[in-house]
Amino acid sequence: MPGIGVLIEEKDGKVKKASLGVLSAAAGAGEREVYALLFGGRAEGHCALLQRYGATRIVTIRTPDSKPLSGPEDQARALNLTIDAFRFEALLGVASPAGKDLLARVAAAREAPLVLDCLGIDLSSGIVRKSHFSGKTTATLALKRRPWILGLRPHVYPERPFPREAEILDFPVSFPLSNRLVIREIRPGESAGPDLSEAEIVISGGRALGSAEGFKILKQCAALLGAAVGASRAAVDAGFAPHAMQVGQTGKTVSPKLYIACGISGSVQHFAGMKTSKVIVAVNCDPDAPVFGKCDYGLLGDLFEVVPALTQELVRGGSTRAMD
Amino acid sequence: MRIYVCVKHVPDTAANIRPLGGPAFDETVKFIINPYDEHALEQALQIRDKVAGSEVVAVTAGRETAAGTLRSALAMGADRGILVKTDAHFTDPLELAQRIGRAIRGEGDGPPSLIFTGKQSVDEEGMQMPYRLAALLDLPVAVDVVAFSMEGEKVTVEREIEGGREVVEMSLPCVIGAAKALNRPRCPTLPDVMKARKKEIRVIEKVELPASVFTPSLEVLEMEPVPDRGRGEILQDSPEKMARELLRRLKEEAKVLK
Repeated sequence: MPGIGVLIEEKDGKVKKASLGVLSAAAGAGEREVYALLFGGRAEGHCALLQRYGATRIVTIRTPDSKPLSGPEDQARALNLTIDAFRFEALLGVASPAGKDLLARVAAAREAPLVLDCLGIDLSSGIVRKSHFSGKTTATLALKRRPWILGLRPHVYPERPFPREAEILDFPVSFPLSNRLVIREIRPGESAGPDLSEAEIVISGGRALGSAEGFKILKQCAALLGAAVGASRAAVDAGFAPHAMQVGQTGKTVSPKLYIACGISGSVQHFAGMKTSKVIVAVNCDPDAPVFGKCDYGLLGDLFEVVPALTQELVRGGSTRAMD
Repeated sequence: MRIYVCVKHVPDTAANIRPLGGPAFDETVKFIINPYDEHALEQALQIRDKVAGSEVVAVTAGRETAAGTLRSALAMGADRGILVKTDAHFTDPLELAQRIGRAIRGEGDGPPSLIFTGKQSVDEEGMQMPYRLAALLDLPVAVDVVAFSMEGEKVTVEREIEGGREVVEMSLPCVIGAAKALNRPRCPTLPDVMKARKKEIRVIEKVELPASVFTPSLEVLEMEPVPDRGRGEILQDSPEKMARELLRRLKEEAKVLK
């Protein structure tokens, strides 16, 4: 039976929801073995979960001397050996920052087709959909050779239970570790919230916030929603927020369940980065702001009053999270 | 040292894209140098300005019109340009990397010291060119680079990763994919633009790659515009009432909150 590899990502010792989404997408594609791939020795704790979302084999990739494969070059090489050993038709992962880097390395090394940030995949025909021009158009692509290396945009495939029995395997790999690229240090950023491109709720601010200080009211609201905070290019260029927070054509593309745009007029470039959000809410004091013409709900008012009111309401109402 | 910078000729980010069937779209819109590539070029120019005897070569692939983007790169300060001819706006990314890689290798005088690209193009968003070039030329690669320093042969970069930054060390030669926070690209002056007209652009005509060397990886079949959603329901009330009403609707109507 043909097999599909699914690269599983973890965060804080837990399997990412987005990885479970990819797993269910692979499991829903018909009669195929679905291999959940993990690095190191952490598979045991995740077995029940990975089976529940459709894995038929759970593979731990490890080096015989138990040295961790820390560098991306070694991880990519190990994944390529895994693809060869199990003859995968396709390797799927999440188009997260780490996933994109690793999948691109795997594809480049074997000259395989690579599509990152997929919006839809058909594993029978090799037809995939992705956004071009940051979401202004959607392109349909045909993959011309195997294996297909595909990174799925987070939240496009929600996790769906697909209970199966999985076989648990160890896959030892052995090769001299690469020393061409060495990770010296990891510096945590200031934001403690979820990663912008993977967050289920994003609340963004524009130049109307007036200062870096102004973003505090968004952060307070975000903390209560479990949301990530984003910014428009105008706010980033004005120095109110770091570029890592920019949403739009020259920033991050996000696709959350809920996007709240505060004091953002709604340029073509900004919408390019967030128009695939499930629900868009705009807060703006200008009744003629273009953003009101392309959102689901608009709140006409001063964001410095509306956002704190929203925060108050969230405090009053108790725990609120994105719907599963 | 010789530094190559790959620049892409892309529609302006403010342009509306009108698909015309298959992979075609209305190309009468304004084209610009891919914004991320400007950051790549700026970094290359800063190195050239510090290291005596070095040269910055801007490389692009495309039709004749892509030379316009090479001229922009030359006006910013690149010393010369290479135009690798292709016959469509969208070319298979693997083929593109093969052609650009061959152009760089074919320059002779040994391997390049550094190759810079933007982390992605804003049109196709394939996010793979730096990786493919690195694999073809057997070089290490780091992408999403927001800080760059070099001491002798040692290159240290900071990469933007989930929840922070990663400090990575590599040796020359290597491939770097630039992100926007890397630097602030310089603006050419009018004399720079005039000077750029006299700089050399080498054109490499399209030759068919033998099937033994190359089979394509993918093909764009179709593009559709993504419509904006219509006008939303606008609430206008006191901040408190709007906040309460919004949360109610997000829970009961849109069902995105619980």
